[in-house]
Amino acid sequence: MADYTAPAYRTIPIVPALKPGAMEGKGPFIANDKHQEALGFPGQLVEDWHDKAIAKMGDLLGKFRSLRVYMDACVHCGACSDKCHYFIGTQDPKNMPVARQDLMRSIYRRYFTFAGKYFPKLVGARDLTREVLDEWYNYYHQCSECRRCSVFCPYGIDTAEVTMAAREILASVGMGQKYSNEIIGKVHKIGNNLGLPEPALRDTLEGLEEDVKEDTGLDIKFPLDVKGAEVLLITPSADFFAEPHIDGLIGYAKVFHATGTSWTLSSMASEGANFGMFIGSYEQLRKIALRIREAALELGVKRIVVGECGHAWRVAYSFWNTLSGVGDGADETDRFAQMLQKQLDHRYKQPTHICEFTWDLIQRDALKFDKSKNDRFVITMHDSCNVARGSRMGDLPGGQFEIPRNIIKAVANNFVEMDANTTRERTFCCGGGGGLLTDDLMDLRVKGALPRMEVLNQAVQEHGVNYMAAICAICKTQFSKIMPVYGFDRRMVGGVHQLVSNAIILGDK
Amino acid sequence: MSMIFAILFYLATLLFVVGLLSRIKLYAQTPAPLKIPTTPAPTTKTGVAFRLTREVVFFESLFKANLWTWAAGWLFHTSLLLVTLRHLRYFTDPVWGWVAFIQPFGIYAGITMLLGLCGLWARRLFVERIRYISTPSDHLWLVLLIVIAVTGLLMQFVAHTDVVAVKTYFLGLLHLDIGSLPSDALLLLHLFLVFALLALFPLSKLLHAPGVFFSPTRNQTDDCREHRHLSAWAGKLESEK
Repeated sequence: MADYTAPAYRTIPIVPALKPGAMEGKGPFIANDKHQEALGFPGQLVEDWHDKAIAKMGDLLGKFRSLRVYMDACVHCGACSDKCHYFIGTQDPKNMPVARQDLMRSIYRRYFTFAGKYFPKLVGARDLTREVLDEWYNYYHQCSECRRCSVFCPYGIDTAEVTMAAREILASVGMGQKYSNEIIGKVHKIGNNLGLPEPALRDTLEGLEEDVKEDTGLDIKFPLDVKGAEVLLITPSADFFAEPHIDGLIGYAKVFHATGTSWTLSSMASEGANFGMFIGSYEQLRKIALRIREAALELGVKRIVVGECGHAWRVAYSFWNTLSGVGDGADETDRFAQMLQKQLDHRYKQPTHICEFTWDLIQRDALKFDKSKNDRFVITMHDSCNVARGSRMGDLPGGQFEIPRNIIKAVANNFVEMDANTTRERTFCCGGGGGLLTDDLMDLRVKGALPRMEVLNQAVQEHGVNYMAAICAICKTQFSKIMPVYGFDRRMVGGVHQLVSNAIILGDK
Repeated sequence: MSMIFAILFYLATLLFVVGLLSRIKLYAQTPAPLKIPTTPAPTTKTGVAFRLTREVVFFESLFKANLWTWAAGWLFHTSLLLVTLRHLRYFTDPVWGWVAFIQPFGIYAGITMLLGLCGLWARRLFVERIRYISTPSDHLWLVLLIVIAVTGLLMQFVAHTDVVAVKTYFLGLLHLDIGSLPSDALLLLHLFLVFALLALFPLSKLLHAPGVFFSPTRNQTDDCREHRHLSAWAGKLESEK
């Protein structure tokens, strides 16, 4: 980590000047032929990449209304221009959301609009060249699909949709990203992003049971592949051994233990993450989601609960019902979805976020806490982007902000907010989301975290914050890696259920 | 000249109506396979209607983004609406009551419209980020609208045109009866640019007007867990499995 130095903090509010070309480069490592072909993409850049790319763009324009409308609707008003954490952190003008979209819009105009075909200069249209392709690869891997720009756009244009389309086009002509595609390969082959096979997972969980027993004196179980369990827990595989993630997993297990809930993990679906969203591939998104359906059907569970993971919760909350039928309200004639929905218990929301699960128990007085156990912490909340802007918890809009905060306030005494311009739906991405959590993008990750670090530093100075809660595996990994660069302790970031775990009082049941 | 402008009028109207309808049809027919409302989002259809109304009437998101852009943009758009409604008097006989009522407001709206446009152009020229993202057409649209506003105001306040003759001409056009149009340069320029705007509308970024209603991040209901949302092409994947 010595290679990276933290950019200096600036005075808030920040209006960054442009530094053209600041982040020019080759982008992250390109996927090799093995990783590409495992997902059905060509191994190398295909010879007729130009025609293939344009054809793919046409295909996507016909399949996704978002892309179709967003290519036309932008008026270059500039509302989004200072909203992206990567722009604020790098000052490269091509990281302004509108400019990032224009990398594709300029091609769209050239090949799909009257004005661009006949008056390209006038409307900023350009030919698709090899240089453009490389530029796409570089700058569409400097977007974490966090949707902050879409909050501020008067037409709701979501750059994430454009980035996803660009990555899908790139992969389909042979320029996939190594990090994401390699991981998706592991999910299909082994069941999780880390490539942890069933015996190793079982070992890990048994070791964890022993550790927790040593710690608490209680037999808290971490069950795997238990048929007939009530709850299937789908959680990011980082929860199984990464720090600080594992403390969150222990927190979930304690909540289940305290209420006598029968639960299980699945070795087939031992992964909540779904990188199919990052690469913009509907087919991959669906294929990965179907594992959870299969596991739920096989284990005969009544409820599906999702652990602390940002994009996984967006996929689970917003997409699972569509992709795999995990949810409610399928048509009587919809045999595919009915197969699963008949099995699930619809007194509960399907799927349920672990925070919804815990908060529900807290409201019913089913859990007891010793809040003083968290007194050493002054806690603040970093809202994870995908939870904040792509999902919900509870019955009311905004429940995704209230419920985690309510839990924190129920288990700890000291909670403060960061600058309101950077929390809730205005939250910054951690800088490592959307398939960018890879060592070959360290420079980008450090700079992309700058806006959050500037605001956190303010809260540290003013309130003495020493714990930043996040409910996302990527946030946790990213922050524990880059926070030392900014002079913070890596353990300053942690989960909400880590705090639950600290404070929960377990009886002798 | 009367004949040429009559042809331009019909042609521009035709391009505007056909172009816009075909674009709207395309948007409506393109499926939205996934639920992607920007949350927090309304959980009911009524809520979505309110969200879109706030977006279209008050430019809610732009208000959150940047107060100056919002002020100039909102001033321009509301003024344009008033000015356009005011112009209905040239196409109706007798003039509808409410159109007669808004006449004075419509005249002042011409001035505020010009102010709004100048504000927007100033941002485009002087704010570094916005200058960077501007294409020549972005500037030209503003110039076009500014010239339309200025010629209109000049006819109102400086060099009057024979509005009675203009009205007779346009009422005639509505019945395919081509009369004679006064030939002052200001009027002809004003009309020519308005026709150009109409004709180019469906080919340009002015499609943001229908686009906002079709934006999935704004028009979708947040009821993902309660209702299964399935588009036709995505549904087909299921039978293959």
